[in-house]
Parts: sequence; C-alpha cells; structure tokens
Amino acid sequence: MATAGTTVLAIGTKKGLWLATSTDRVNWSLSEPHFLMNEIPSIGIDQRGGRTRLLVGARSEHWGPTVFHSDDLGGTWTEPENGAIRFAEEDGAALERIWQLYPDAEDRPGVVWAGCEPISVWKSTDGGEHFELNRSLWAHPDKDQWGAGYGGAAAHSVLPSPADENTVHVAMSTGGVYRSTDGGTSWTARNHGISAYFMPDPNPEVGQCVHKIARDPEVPTTLFAQNHHGVYRSDDNADTWVSIADGLPTDFGFAMLTHPRKSGTAWVIPIKADGERIPPDGRLAVHRTSDGGNSWTRLHTGLPDNEFNVVLRDAAAVDGSDPAGVYFGTRGGSVYASADEGEIFVEVASHLPDVLCVRAATTNDGGR
Amino acid sequence: MKETTLAVTVVVPSLLAKVTGDQRELRVPVEDGATVSQVLDRLAAEYPVLERRVRNELGAVRRYVNLYVDGEDIRGLDGPATLIAPGQELLIIQSVAGG
Repeated sequence: MATAGTTVLAIGTKKGLWLATSTDRVNWSLSEPHFLMNEIPSIGIDQRGGRTRLLVGARSEHWGPTVFHSDDLGGTWTEPENGAIRFAEEDGAALERIWQLYPDAEDRPGVVWAGCEPISVWKSTDGGEHFELNRSLWAHPDKDQWGAGYGGAAAHSVLPSPADENTVHVAMSTGGVYRSTDGGTSWTARNHGISAYFMPDPNPEVGQCVHKIARDPEVPTTLFAQNHHGVYRSDDNADTWVSIADGLPTDFGFAMLTHPRKSGTAWVIPIKADGERIPPDGRLAVHRTSDGGNSWTRLHTGLPDNEFNVVLRDAAAVDGSDPAGVYFGTRGGSVYASADEGEIFVEVASHLPDVLCVRAATTNDGGR
Repeated sequence: MKETTLAVTVVVPSLLAKVTGDQRELRVPVEDGATVSQVLDRLAAEYPVLERRVRNELGAVRRYVNLYVDGEDIRGLDGPATLIAPGQELLIIQSVAGG
C-alpha cells in the first residue's frame, strides 16, 4: 500500500495495467499486472475531496470496453453493474473504446469527463461511476465530416476550463478541435490556422487530425496542440492557432503536455514523419519549451541511444509535484520518469506490452 | 398447457465465471419456440455484467464471442434468432483472436 507522499505511476498497456510507486520518483517498484489481456487506453487519477480514485478505461478484444475504479490504489476494483458508459438504444451505437477519463477542476467535485470511440463526449457527476452522453456533440451537423485516424474515430481529448465551467474543448481524430462555451449545449469547430495537408483543401473548417491538446495552467485561454504534422498554440481560447514548430526537429508526434503550474511550459516528443514513425534518427528525446513554443530544448539524459518505438498520445503525462514529474512510455514497453521536469530520466519499466496511457500523481492520503 | 419450468443450460467460459458468482453452468427457464436472443435477455436481468461482456448496446453478439447451441455455431444457423429448446445447451466461448 502506498503511503502519503508516494508517487503512483499508472501504466496502461495493450495487455494490462501496471502500477509503479516511488517515494523519490527515481527508484520505482512495479506491481503485478492488473486486467491482464485487457488493453488500457485511458486512466484518470482523481484526487479531489481527500480521496485518490483510479479510473481505468479497459477494453477486452473479446468482451468489450468498460470502466473500473479503485479507491485503494488498485487493491480492489469496482465496475458498475450496468456499465459506466453505455449508449442508449436510440443512439444507435455501441461503445468501442474509452480514450479519455478526465477529472474536472477541484471546485467541481464528482465531475469527470470521458472521450470515446465512436466520437462522443460523456460527463459524470458521481466520480466516474455513471456518465451521460453529450447529445449535442453526438448529433452535431459536422458529424459526417469526421473521420477515423488509424487508431479509430475518437474524441481523445476533453479539456474543461478551470476558469469557466461553461467552456470545454474537445479534440477528435479526425475532425479537429471543438469548443463549447455554454456548458456543452452547443459546439463549434475551432481549427483556424491548423493545416490539414492530407485533404484536398488544406485549410478546412473541419477535418484536421489533431493528436493531442493541452491547456496552459495559468492562462486557460491558451492551448497547445500536437497535430498530424503541426505543432500549434492558441492564445484566444482556440479561435486561432499559430505554428510553434520552429526549433523542433520535426512537427509530427502524438503527445502534448503542459506544466501543472508554470505558464508557457510544455513538452512534446517528436516523431520523424507520418511516413516514418520513429524518433528522429532513432534517438528518443523530449523537447520542452518554457516560453510558449518560441524556443525548444532537447532533453534526452537517461534515455537510450537507440529507440525505434514511438510514444502515443496518452502515453505521456506530468504529475502535480514541484518540480513537476514527466513520464512517458513507448510502444516497445519501456517507461521513463523524470523528477525534474525532463532534465534527467530514469527507466521505470521495460519489456511491457505497448504503452497506451500513463498518468501519475503523488498521494497525500495513503491511497484512502 | 405448455411446460414452462423446463430450462436450457448456459455454459459460461472460465474467463467470465467471476461475473456469474463463479457459476459455470446456468439454468435458464425457456418455453418451446424460445430463441437464443430470449435466453440472453433473461440472463441479462440477473447477470448484467455478463450481458455486457457477450452483447453490445445494440444487442449484437460481440465479434469475438461465439455461441453454440448443442455444438453448432449460431452464426451458421439463424444467429440470435436460432431456436433453442428445453434440454439444449447454449455454450458461450471466446473465439480464437488476438496476438
């Protein structure tokens, strides 16, 4: 059992969930696998209300997707009998995969958002035990313009604004960024400035392949986006986007992280190109900006000299500690952690199945 | 009058026994003329997690779940509309899939 001050790193893979724990974020212990043979594409760690709840979106190739939660750091898991996320008969759809489980702000206890495949956004008000489909987005008139990337057609990022409970940003592949400013009653595409070079019109309103978005911690109207070729920042709540790819070795990648407290600090993990999905030169590195993307610093201390596996969109995370921890896992099953914002990485695990999702948090309650 | 207390036996794979209270064989009352779909409906009321494992929200049997009535795959019969009579066995088993 983790004690107060223990950092928990939840590692979702193609074939199960592992929990790593550390008291110094340098030396790690790895659990036995949970949910063996289930893929784990989404994890949420909810620390509101003095409780640490792990939320896990699991999917069995045979038995389908479901959401589990644990309030004792994986000691026991609970699954609502009728399922936390279920389409109704009139929706005419079946849940394929839960891509995102995102606890809302501290002052909205119990609110958890989910992004799913098929493209859909869901909201829970009971800590992730039952979710309601956002039917406005589900019935959106743009829907016939949304497509499926290689990984499936999904809403993979759901970002409620901590400053305004009516503002929520959603990112989908493919479709792009959508924003609601009325609490999810209506949604508008917000992709101006983001290229969709793979379409006949490279600057469409809809259809961009955004891989991940992240919100600035101090200025909630500033967002960062890693696209299918293209790294962008918006300073106007996603109305317009500008490229911040200069200074990076490549503008392709999946992950996008922002700092838990420092405005303008973000991390990306570049991949060579759409048609050559390996780290540039086979050398894995994290790139960090501290000035909103005007300049980037390559960080690779502790990472292997040769690595030909990529890091997927949710296989990277930060924790809330000071200094912030940075974590990521590769499709080759290696997991790395940095206790100093990316300066030095240590290997937490190796030879796991493909890493799909990581999330980390430091407990303040011993897991209770 | 038709006998209504006769039942079919539903055989649950070991991987799903946890959601049936470790029961591998479930007796489900049926009438003559019942279908596989109706048997699954009755199971769903008592074992909702089992239902979600076997069928999706559209009521479709999941792609990598196979159902056999007395050893015959229902996909080669009438699918969920396949008739199942008292005394017959409905076997639920995962298909060969994955890597």
